[in-house]
Amino acid sequence: MIEISVKQSRPNFTLDVNIKLGHGITALFGASGAGKSSLLNLIAGLQQPDSGRIRIGSESLYDSKARINLAIHKRHIGYVFQDALLLPHLSVRSNLRYGIKQGGMEFSSIVEFLGISALLDRRPSTLSGGERQRVSIGRALLSAPRLVLMDEPLASLDIERKREIFPYIEQLQKKFGIPVIFVSHAIEEVARLAQHVVVMRDGKVVAEGGTQAVMNLPDSHTSRFEKTSILTGKPASYDSAYGLTTIAHPAGNISLTGQLPHGKTPVRIVVRATDVTLALGKPKDISARTMLKGTIAKCEIDGSPIAIIHVKLEGGEELSAALTRKARDQLGLDEGQAVWCLLKSVSIDERWIAST
Amino acid sequence: MNLTPEEWTTIFLSLRVALLATLICFPIGLGLAWLLARKDFWGKSLLNSLIHLPLVLPPVVTGYLLLIAFGKKGVIGAFLEQTFGLVFAFRWTGAALAAALMALPLMVRAIRLSIESIDQRLEGAAATLGASPLRVFATVTLPLAAPGMLAGIILTYVKALGEFGATITFVSNIPGQTQTLSLAIYSLLQTPDGDAAALRLILLSIALALAALLASELLAKRLTRRVTGTP
Repeated sequence: MIEISVKQSRPNFTLDVNIKLGHGITALFGASGAGKSSLLNLIAGLQQPDSGRIRIGSESLYDSKARINLAIHKRHIGYVFQDALLLPHLSVRSNLRYGIKQGGMEFSSIVEFLGISALLDRRPSTLSGGERQRVSIGRALLSAPRLVLMDEPLASLDIERKREIFPYIEQLQKKFGIPVIFVSHAIEEVARLAQHVVVMRDGKVVAEGGTQAVMNLPDSHTSRFEKTSILTGKPASYDSAYGLTTIAHPAGNISLTGQLPHGKTPVRIVVRATDVTLALGKPKDISARTMLKGTIAKCEIDGSPIAIIHVKLEGGEELSAALTRKARDQLGLDEGQAVWCLLKSVSIDERWIAST
Repeated sequence: MNLTPEEWTTIFLSLRVALLATLICFPIGLGLAWLLARKDFWGKSLLNSLIHLPLVLPPVVTGYLLLIAFGKKGVIGAFLEQTFGLVFAFRWTGAALAAALMALPLMVRAIRLSIESIDQRLEGAAATLGASPLRVFATVTLPLAAPGMLAGIILTYVKALGEFGATITFVSNIPGQTQTLSLAIYSLLQTPDGDAAALRLILLSIALALAALLASELLAKRLTRRVTGTP
């Protein structure tokens, strides 16, 4: 259990956070300037709060009342920075070994896990962004941390490199049992990686909870492009002729491109509200392969041209659809109405799918 | 160009003085540079001004102040002589002390700038990996500031080779004792028919200074390549 209760006042900005986090992967989500990185720095000890306390398990890292302020190097917290911050004058090998602990993880197994054995003798300046980030993860892991902080570890990477790093972050927690707190302002990263989400705005926590629940909350994001929902289901079959996987969902089958490991573990599918089309009856002559049945739970309408429709799918999961207000009015959509939600299979690729 | 024994003496003395001056100046300069670059404290501007004073004061004044402080009757000089038997006035060590003081602002500036240019987050990153502040200083700050330290050392050395005003005021101009190259040139220029001999020493000092600068250029390139890891 990680307990964070801190206050920090700066000119024009006040951070006031009070959260308890479990052992999974937690995302700190919010626009830039919301105080996410500051919070990480407070946990790592790179900055000091004005008051409050930070505890991991039973140990206090910071406690203003008890006058405890553990030095950075005694906190045993791994930190993966957005720009990796590898030491430029050292080789990859020396960077990895810099914080190595006796009785910690084996050097060779970490190198193998991250696939960086070919890079060991290179200098950080010769690495690509994705390679740097993997070395940075390895360096943090080898210091035997009890918690890993990641400050927008993927922000400086392009899509391909992001895909390259995703599995490693997922594995951190699964394989090594180390809790992870990562900062992100990209919804797909959060939806894909986190089990727990803390949404921050202006230095305060505005929502927190399980990823699925938080994502479906009305008004937890800033724009319609960030509005997403998470559906879960088990891969039921794979059509090799067309390269499509069918996911069984109580509201209907979800068809996805590519092959997913088929079996008992359910997958999480992240659906952007802008990719969802609503229909009153089940359409026939249409290319969308996924049609999910549900009823409208809530229509989020303000003065803007956009309406967000929350649909409660059969089986209980929620799916949000972004429509124009005009379309909503012309179809006469309202709460309690039965609708079909149409998804284009091609709008969902592996970035949007995670194992649970 | 065959050098006379006297000329050799002068050259070796100059090199020795410059070397000792650099040895005195480097640790002090490094400490001060780190303090000014990384710490905030009361009187920081004052300290910075004091360090730069030798750069703007007439060298004669600096030399005279040294004489007052480190002379046999000076507060520090008397103390050092009684407790350690250490004498600076009118000795080659005094010439080194004068040169070190005159070069200190150059040393501090060069190192301070290079410490300030280091991304402090690198030091933070090292700390999160379990490195104590001392280890961070030794393994991150120092190596990354190495090009600036080298520049400071070369500047100090060259400055010490050529120091004149404070040296002649503090330790006088004693051949074989305190007469460095510049003092020897000065003496020769004061002597009738000394021009030819002075010219030899002038050429020599140009060669020495040029060699030092070229060597530093090469070293600096190498060091920078090392530090940044560019091939």
